[in-house]
Amino acid sequence: MVILMTALDTTFAALSDPTRRAILARLAQGEATVQDLAKPFSISQPAISRHLKVLEDAGLIETRIQGTARPRRIKQDAVNELWDWLSQFREVLERNYSRLDNLLTTLNEKD
Amino acid sequence: MSKLTLRTEGDTQAIVTRRFAAPPARVFDAHTKPELLQKWCLGPDGWTMPVCICEPHPGGNIRYEWSNGAGGFHLTGEFLTVEKPNRTVHVERMFLPDPTPDNHVETRFDDDGAGGTLMTMTMTLPDAATRKMMLDTGMADGMEVSYARLETVL
Repeated sequence: MVILMTALDTTFAALSDPTRRAILARLAQGEATVQDLAKPFSISQPAISRHLKVLEDAGLIETRIQGTARPRRIKQDAVNELWDWLSQFREVLERNYSRLDNLLTTLNEKD
Repeated sequence: MSKLTLRTEGDTQAIVTRRFAAPPARVFDAHTKPELLQKWCLGPDGWTMPVCICEPHPGGNIRYEWSNGAGGFHLTGEFLTVEKPNRTVHVERMFLPDPTPDNHVETRFDDDGAGGTLMTMTMTLPDAATRKMMLDTGMADGMEVSYARLETVL
């Protein structure tokens, strides 16, 4: 539990920056190189590389080696973990709301 | 009735939406009348809410106490704005047993145009770390804090 929460701390720190979130959104559509990523963001390639390092250290993306190219891509495990984190919250909420659905049905029938 | 959506916005907000098959006035009542809240706002199975104070008017108090027979925790809050049956704004904090930072909650109950209600709950926490803590506690399924976090929203 503690290990997981520490990992999530790093993940959320990595996600706290809007440029890094935009980079992740771009990578969610498919892998891309530093050059590809620098274009839409009008930021220098070294700046993009620094953001990519933060994302990679947080385990959110990984580098694939293809000849001299180094395309980055989303690391599915990490994204799944993040999804689990959000879906747990959702699950607990849904338990309450499905009870509320039943209550509302009962109240509607009384009309 | 429909899938709940949950998303974060910026660094400090979490937004939940859900549709219900009843008009806004009824869903509003279910969120503000103690005898109704005690029937559904319970978290995981096995928990009850023996104490429920909810005074839906500006300055009105909120106090929810949950118990699983062996232990429990509570939440307090105050209403800031109440526009029955479409909107409430309140602040709340949980005691675990120390108080958590205030969660500012705006809840909208809008007519969905089909006889039902679209609820939109916007929670604003003081900072990113607090939001994370609130959402995070849901992971500890079976632990008291998970119920606490759930209730931040309700």
